[in-house]
Amino acid sequence: MREPLIFEQSRPGRRAPSQAPATPPAAEDLPAGLLRRAPPPLPEVSELQVVRHFTRLSQLNFSIDTHFYPLGSCTMKYNPRASNKLAMLPGFLERHPLEPESHAQGVLECLYELQEMLKAVTGMCGVSLTPMAGAQGEFAGVAMIRAYHLARGDTERNQIIVPDAAHGTNPATATMCGCEVVEIPTGPDGDVDVQALRAAVGPRTAGIMLTNPSTLGVFERGIADIADVVHAAGGLLYYDGANLNAILGRALPAAMGFDVVHINLHKTFSTPHGGGGPGAGIVAVTERLEPFLPIPIVGRRDGGYVWLAEADRPRSIGRLSGFMGNTGILLRAYVYMRLLGAEGMRRVSGYAALNANYLMKRLAAAGFSPAYPRRRASHEFIISLKDIARDTGVNAMDFAKALLDRGFHAPTTYFPLLVPECLLIEPTESEARQELDAFAQAMVEVRDLALRDAAEVKRAPVTTPVRRLDDVRAARQLDLTWQSRKPPQE
Amino acid sequence: MSDVPSGLKYTREHEWLRQEGDGTVVVGITDHAQHQLGELVYVELPDAGRSLAAGDAMAVVESTKAASDVYAPVAGAIVEVNPALASEPELVNSDPYGRGWLVRLKPAAGSTDGLMDAAAYGALLAADH
Repeated sequence: MREPLIFEQSRPGRRAPSQAPATPPAAEDLPAGLLRRAPPPLPEVSELQVVRHFTRLSQLNFSIDTHFYPLGSCTMKYNPRASNKLAMLPGFLERHPLEPESHAQGVLECLYELQEMLKAVTGMCGVSLTPMAGAQGEFAGVAMIRAYHLARGDTERNQIIVPDAAHGTNPATATMCGCEVVEIPTGPDGDVDVQALRAAVGPRTAGIMLTNPSTLGVFERGIADIADVVHAAGGLLYYDGANLNAILGRALPAAMGFDVVHINLHKTFSTPHGGGGPGAGIVAVTERLEPFLPIPIVGRRDGGYVWLAEADRPRSIGRLSGFMGNTGILLRAYVYMRLLGAEGMRRVSGYAALNANYLMKRLAAAGFSPAYPRRRASHEFIISLKDIARDTGVNAMDFAKALLDRGFHAPTTYFPLLVPECLLIEPTESEARQELDAFAQAMVEVRDLALRDAAEVKRAPVTTPVRRLDDVRAARQLDLTWQSRKPPQE
Repeated sequence: MSDVPSGLKYTREHEWLRQEGDGTVVVGITDHAQHQLGELVYVELPDAGRSLAAGDAMAVVESTKAASDVYAPVAGAIVEVNPALASEPELVNSDPYGRGWLVRLKPAAGSTDGLMDAAAYGALLAADH
């Protein structure tokens, strides 16, 4: 059943006196010219209508707390309640970002320890928690690479190499940082084409942006050669930490030859995810990039914890926001890491890989086609529905919609772009085997239905609050606001 | 099966090129390319006058699935871009070889060598399937 908009429930004169007094307080101290002539067009509803409306909306959530959510590349895993609860202790919640360091030693100690733990899981020597999201972390990473080259007087290095399987954010970041993007192809088994890389590097190479394991769900086997080629050409290696959860506690980006890492804490360290934030995209670097880290950073001085800012770190690329990152999110990641410990973090990657490989084998045994059948999956894998689409007309998007009706969030569709009709499936370590089996069963049901009655699959979803959306029209005629049919009188 | 008109030149990246009588060439994306992308929602075109090397990214076609670069099939300078696509990107889907053209180029001399004809491009598509 469709829940009407709160505006559609509005009736003139209806109000909730406890929230909206019948006689608005006078605003005598404002200049007359700035006062509204007509009241704003707010919905006129009762208190109970408001309670019911938002309670019903909250029950429409399709989320990790209600459903299996194998959205590849996004790592939609369980966010432990303990992380939320401890990060919301009054001492954390009620502090002011401008309070003196002497009053903030507790939170500074947590953040300092988080920096140290992030160094340990990346092998890097410096960390800044400042970036407010993955995109800002990427920006900081490439900005540091640029700053490093410029500081050496090497002003011609403005090319960033990006494999064609990369997240779209990588070329966008390079462009934002004033660099040119040089794309290199992927070989048939999902590894970067090292010959093409050799041909692409040169005196203008600033660096390469890589995700390892890659967005294809396989570990980059040529990483040592890649690091040698890029470093020999004078470039640096940027590690997109989107898939760090696959190697957590088992392999260090620094040991692979990377110079800078960004980590989406909302992926690997299970802070709340989606809805546009708040995020955390911390950066970690090796020694040569350490002076350029964004500020502030938490340091130790005279037995206490202090903010290190412009005076301490004059070569920093600067500040990325008014204060320092999303502290509430940083604290959740801190609690998560402390609860798991080093051994627990190792289990995270172990189960993430086990679940992905189990589900890939189940689907392959049921007749689905993994995109890289000769490769072991890391923490996610791709199946291509090209043959089914050709034979029945039912494509990856139709599968995605039909899965919603069966109680599963759809996997990522049509990414990476180089695999036709693909689903990128990431079960995460959170799921029990029964859930994976049920998902595989749902995939088989959709496939069998496609072979029997393709039109029925194309009707999906039929059980969701809204049916299939016209995403083409939504993109062509973008309209994000509800407009009153009766505009307010001027 | 995708439409591959004879008389046009093609690239491996699924652009087509038509030689006009006046020494310019018109470029678009093939029926196969538009079909792979799905319905387009936005087309970003270069400014007239811009000079391109063969293989330079010159335009972006965006669908609800993906945003893809379109590469210059030959070196040359942009003479004109299709003004209709700003408000009607779907023309690329409905008429990829006609009203859905992207740009008109003045090619550098001899630069159309090395492109495929319809038979070769058709064979490439068949090999992909």
